[in-house]
Amino acid sequence: MNIETMETHSFDVLVLGSGGAGLRAAVEAASGGGLSVGLIGKSLLGKAHTVMAEGGAAASIGNVDAPDSWQTHFYDTMKSGHYINNFRTVEVFAKEAPARVLELEQWGAVFDRTPEGLIMQRAFGGHSFRRLAHIGDRTGMELLRTLQYRAISLNIEIFQEVTITRLLMDKDRIAGAFGYYREDGHFVMFKAKALVLATGGWGKVYKVTSNSWESTGDGAAMAYRLGGELQDMEMVQFHPTGMVWPPGVAGLLVTEGVRGEGGILYNSEKERFMLRYDPERQELSTRDVVARSIFREVQEGRGTPHGGAWLDISQKGADFIKQKLPGMYEQLLTLGDIDITKSPFEVAPTCHYTMGGVKAHAETCATNIPGLFAAGEVACGLHGANRLGGNSLADILVFGRRAGIAARDFAGSRKGDVVISEREIEEEAERVLKPFTRPDGENPYTIHQELQEAMSTHVGIVRDQKLLEDGLEKILKLQERAKNMGAQGGRTYNPGWHAVFDVENMLLLSELIIRGALERKESRGGHWRTDYPEELEEMGKWNFVHEISPDGDRIKQVPVPIMPPALQEICSRPVAPGKEPSKNLDQRKGASS
Amino acid sequence: MSEQYVLSIFRGDQNGGEEQEYQVPAIPGMVVLDAVHYVQAHDAPDLGVRWNCKAAHCGSCSAEINGMPKLMCKTRLDEYQGQVVHIQPMRTFPIVKDLVADVSWNYEVAKKIATFTPVNAAPFRMQQWDVDRVQEFHHCIECFLCQDVCHVLRDHDAKDQYFGPRFMVKMAEFEMHPVDGADRIPQLKNEGGIGMCNVTKCCTEVCPQHIHITDNAIIPLKERVADRYYDPIRNLIRRLTKKEESSSSTVPSKA
Ligand SMILES: Cc1cc2nc3c(=O)[nH]c(=O)nc-3n(C[C@H](O)[C@H](O)[C@H](O)COP(=O)(O)OP(=O)(O)OC[C@H]3O[C@@H](n4cnc5c(N)ncnc54)[C@H](O)[C@@H]3O)c2cc1C
Ligand code: SF4
Ligand code: SF4
Ligand code: FES
Repeated sequence: MNIETMETHSFDVLVLGSGGAGLRAAVEAASGGGLSVGLIGKSLLGKAHTVMAEGGAAASIGNVDAPDSWQTHFYDTMKSGHYINNFRTVEVFAKEAPARVLELEQWGAVFDRTPEGLIMQRAFGGHSFRRLAHIGDRTGMELLRTLQYRAISLNIEIFQEVTITRLLMDKDRIAGAFGYYREDGHFVMFKAKALVLATGGWGKVYKVTSNSWESTGDGAAMAYRLGGELQDMEMVQFHPTGMVWPPGVAGLLVTEGVRGEGGILYNSEKERFMLRYDPERQELSTRDVVARSIFREVQEGRGTPHGGAWLDISQKGADFIKQKLPGMYEQLLTLGDIDITKSPFEVAPTCHYTMGGVKAHAETCATNIPGLFAAGEVACGLHGANRLGGNSLADILVFGRRAGIAARDFAGSRKGDVVISEREIEEEAERVLKPFTRPDGENPYTIHQELQEAMSTHVGIVRDQKLLEDGLEKILKLQERAKNMGAQGGRTYNPGWHAVFDVENMLLLSELIIRGALERKESRGGHWRTDYPEELEEMGKWNFVHEISPDGDRIKQVPVPIMPPALQEICSRPVAPGKEPSKNLDQRKGASS
Repeated sequence: MSEQYVLSIFRGDQNGGEEQEYQVPAIPGMVVLDAVHYVQAHDAPDLGVRWNCKAAHCGSCSAEINGMPKLMCKTRLDEYQGQVVHIQPMRTFPIVKDLVADVSWNYEVAKKIATFTPVNAAPFRMQQWDVDRVQEFHHCIECFLCQDVCHVLRDHDAKDQYFGPRFMVKMAEFEMHPVDGADRIPQLKNEGGIGMCNVTKCCTEVCPQHIHITDNAIIPLKERVADRYYDPIRNLIRRLTKKEESSSSTVPSKA
């Protein structure tokens, strides 16, 4: 491999990932004046995982429920995260989300409207007020498309279908990234003064998942290999309502918007079982609670024919459903042969979101690697033990922007040339081509399938010591086999070859998920251990942080940041701010419009 | 013995290629993309195919299935019981490999369009009925199936003269936004080539998002162009377009 002839690009700010977080970061970095900005995605522009988001973006604009405020959004998010979130991240988030949503409107997003002609907001699980700005049931697409067209109108160099396989360092600072074009397999190297990691989550480690193919955790795995800190890896969100039947579509998401708009869950005995598990919030309880409740109903013999619960929105009538949930109506009709305006349908939990990730600074998104910033699903700090629906789309806007600013500042003040080690590049190029020397090696698709089986069985919704230990053993064995993965054919658009790197990343992160789950000997949010069924106060004081150290991988217990009194006061209230009994009257007035 | 589907998938690249047959066991509710993935996992790991969401949201998995431009993830295999399912890449664009087409031209066009230019600052006061019309255009998933089927691009390869239906939809989206202040009419007429469209409606037929591309985007835009440039003959154009609509052909042809 001759590094002299390798395609090379240099940028002040390089953004890795063209989902919502990456696009927002690039837009910000490019708006700062004079810096060169590059943006890389492993899919085509506008196709990133963010495109799938349906329900909405949470921001306390208060267009529908006037008493909503950043304090209430803060309260809800901390509560839902079971208080292992970084309070400062949550505070910044809750305060800035409204401005970020309005900014999207300024850039061309057309949200559904209230009767007053403002952005409409809908109810969602765990949110005290109607808070999710939305466009029918395709909010993620609107967000992504708006940012996509914004980005192409700015001076940003965009690389589509380029997969990065390794991040590069210049001594102790970030230096760039190395990868290949999916189209023809040729190598490309990027030098960068600052790099924003916005590569999304790793929901593809589970068999039943709502996630797109991209969610293989490349960014988190690459950062970890460089010494980056990964936090709360045991925290995986299972969304309560994935499609169950037919098997061809199992896992496909049924948006929480269905419950937000009035959908009701029943068991096989026609009982509205959520009344038993969470009498106050019922169907609109947080996702960890609803998913566990469905799981329990099925385990206790009250499941639907294919092992789920019934979800019914038909009482709302066809006109309402087709206007509010057109995508869902069509999805279930064409893929599930069910007319949801007429009948209930089966749902069951599906892997949806990875709360853990690269530990990022609350204000700058800085990681422990100088020059590397992390934003969006790849980052960790905001969601704690359970993410609230709608908080992710707001997350990628708020922290995408902040990462863009911080990266711009870092690049602007960085002195000296960025130096990349030639040997490192040569090594990586050789490693990436290695699978072709093993055409009869292990099939990456098979390993991926076995990995998904193992993760779903051993570290899914229910966990215990024995399950986790057996799961870890399986993953470690798969890691051994994976060393022998092979590829057939040539370098032109070869998914079998590409899969090798996806699988390597997923195997690494799967191990960390299990190790984290073993470490957290309690139940909290998305992490449910039947051998430690209680949430323990002592455990709530810690985040688990994984890192590579000279003597191997290790897990550090890091104290959860302690809130200042003013924020503690908010969290300790018996009811959410704005929900106090005396104000109830006003609120109902606001809501009736 | 479980039921099998027979897929005949195009394998090849710029240097040519041909269809190859694969057997795939039937699973209830499976879509064409599932079957293609089965082939990848069991018979041909290097089979090139684009996909992301498998939920008809991202518009990556466009292909021609038994001659019809469709999303592979939204097309149920049980529609084709007893038939061989032929899967080809979109043919209006150059091929990369197997089912993957080079759609980069579309991204070049996108860059040329004058972006949304609001006349005042958000929050905007707009009623739902003010935005119903443009929200339809926001449903576009950029699958480029309409571009694939449009004869101006497909048969006449006039990519240098016409932006294509997808970008008429995009321009309509900006142009009809209640708060937009930019003027795209000259661009529509000249570089955008809206006059090239003779309203055959093939694009509307294939749109997986059911966007009324011709009726709601192209025709109103044509009217705006006509108003500006040819006001006296506006009525004539209207009558002509009406006629063509009724004699439209719906199925794409590629001999
Ligand atoms: C079905 C569904 C519905 C959802 N609904 C909602 C909702 O209603 N509200 C809400 O708030 N959240 C929702 N979410 C969650 C939310 O969509 C995601 O968490 C969010 O979009 C993540 O955005 P991101 O920018 O961090 O990453 P992504 O959108 O995942 O983008 C990652 C980017 O990184 C790139 N990338 C990754 N690896 C590499 C590599 N090795 N080389 C180069 N590029 C790479 C990818 O190509 C992609 O461009 C939903 C999720 C799903 C799956
Ligand atoms: S109506 Fe016909 S000519 Fe016009 S854009 Fe559609 S397919 Fe092309
Ligand atoms: S208008 Fe319809 S067919 Fe054309 S790109 Fe958009 S979604 Fe696809
Ligand atoms: S895979 Fe996304 S539209 Fe088919």
